[in-house]
Amino acid sequence: MNFEISLIWESLPKIAEGAELTVRLHLLSLVFGTVLALGLVLMRISGIAILSWPAFAYIYVFRGTPLLVQVFLIYYGLAQFEFIRASPLWIILREPFWCAIIAFSLNVAAYTAEILRGGIQGVDQGLHEAGRALGLSTSQRFIHVTAPIAIRLSLPAYGNEMISLMKGTALVSLITMYDITGVARTIMARTFAPYEIFISAAIVYLGLTWLIQRAIAHAERRFSRYVRA
Amino acid sequence: MADKTSAAMIQLDRVTKSFGSFQALKGVDLAIERGQKVVVCGPSGSGKSTMIRCINRLEEHDGGRIVVNGIELTTSVKDIDAVRREVGMVFQQFNLFPHLTAAENLMLAPRLVRKIPRKEARELAMHYLERVHIPEQADKYPAQLSGGQQQRVAIARSLCMKPEIMLFDEPTSALDPEMIKEVLDVMVELARDGMTMIVVTHEMGFARSVADVVVFMDNGEIVEQAPPQDFFHQARSERTKAFLSRILTH
Repeated sequence: MNFEISLIWESLPKIAEGAELTVRLHLLSLVFGTVLALGLVLMRISGIAILSWPAFAYIYVFRGTPLLVQVFLIYYGLAQFEFIRASPLWIILREPFWCAIIAFSLNVAAYTAEILRGGIQGVDQGLHEAGRALGLSTSQRFIHVTAPIAIRLSLPAYGNEMISLMKGTALVSLITMYDITGVARTIMARTFAPYEIFISAAIVYLGLTWLIQRAIAHAERRFSRYVRA
Repeated sequence: MADKTSAAMIQLDRVTKSFGSFQALKGVDLAIERGQKVVVCGPSGSGKSTMIRCINRLEEHDGGRIVVNGIELTTSVKDIDAVRREVGMVFQQFNLFPHLTAAENLMLAPRLVRKIPRKEARELAMHYLERVHIPEQADKYPAQLSGGQQQRVAIARSLCMKPEIMLFDEPTSALDPEMIKEVLDVMVELARDGMTMIVVTHEMGFARSVADVVVFMDNGEIVEQAPPQDFFHQARSERTKAFLSRILTH
């Protein structure tokens, strides 16, 4: 077979243009998903059955089904319903971009809620007791003691989640969008050079991963200043 | 020291507490006057820690009464908060907040609970850090301090809330031998200033020099309580004698 290294470099700029969409999907879903995760984890650890069970069920469903299935259900599935097409929601739900954001956010929320739960449970019980003995209320203890420590404990796993979401955004190429993978597929259809083009796409993804890793390492350093002497 | 009203600062009447099927306290009676120093000793699992943890409601007693400075401990949140304002506690594992500096550890509760402005809270913190002789460590994180320094910060953190009573739950048990003295010295100074103290410890030297009363617990009960001279030289119960011979020989 022919292998043209030059094709990798030539296609890079075009594919990198798709990166803009990838990054937008990634950042928006992360923000929405993480906010949602905060609510979920509070419900999950509330100790109140009518709050913790729905949160548990939600997390089970969204961690237990493939992301692609979730994207298809929202993009193709919801469009089947006449009342949805007739509702004002349709303005959002007919856009593949927003369908993807919704699916990714819901999915990230489920994973992040579990990551945060692990972090919260990792906080030493003795610190709660010290807080209680000093007269801090439950919410004061959560905000000033548990949360800052739980964030540090959660960061490595959250970094993994960020990277895995970034790769997950490639699924939007299956619902008509031109992200990195989507652009790569169209170029491939023209050139019939799958190796070169997808290597080029992989390079762009690796670049993004590198940026995420740097950001997480930076955050870990900031939140761990106090750990080592 | 039993003066005028003789109303005890801390009063326990037939206090019981179980964890599942294990009965940790089997009807404990104890009365402590204002300014008294009580040392509690006994084998592990005897209920010493459980008893003092009931006094500031870190554990909830199942039976009997606990009255602290006139406030009975019930399920009322207001009463529990009121008691916790009166009672400071020092733990075996220090339990300093690792993400806050020494000074910030001291400032947190005054700012949040007593609503003292940051600047005043900082002054208060520095005052108490000086009292435990480590003002120069104010801006270090707990991980940067030795065990003895951490425990002194923990003592200062409790003092910042100006408690009437201090509880110590094996404050030197997690420390290397060379650091025990610096912590005990601070506790001795606190005792001299008239603080009401209950100290769970096996430091019998401390008990001899500071305690008004030594309490020996075994198996969820108070077996013996006496002033230190009597306690160490003419213990009445066999269980006390056996315990003393074990811990005084090394």
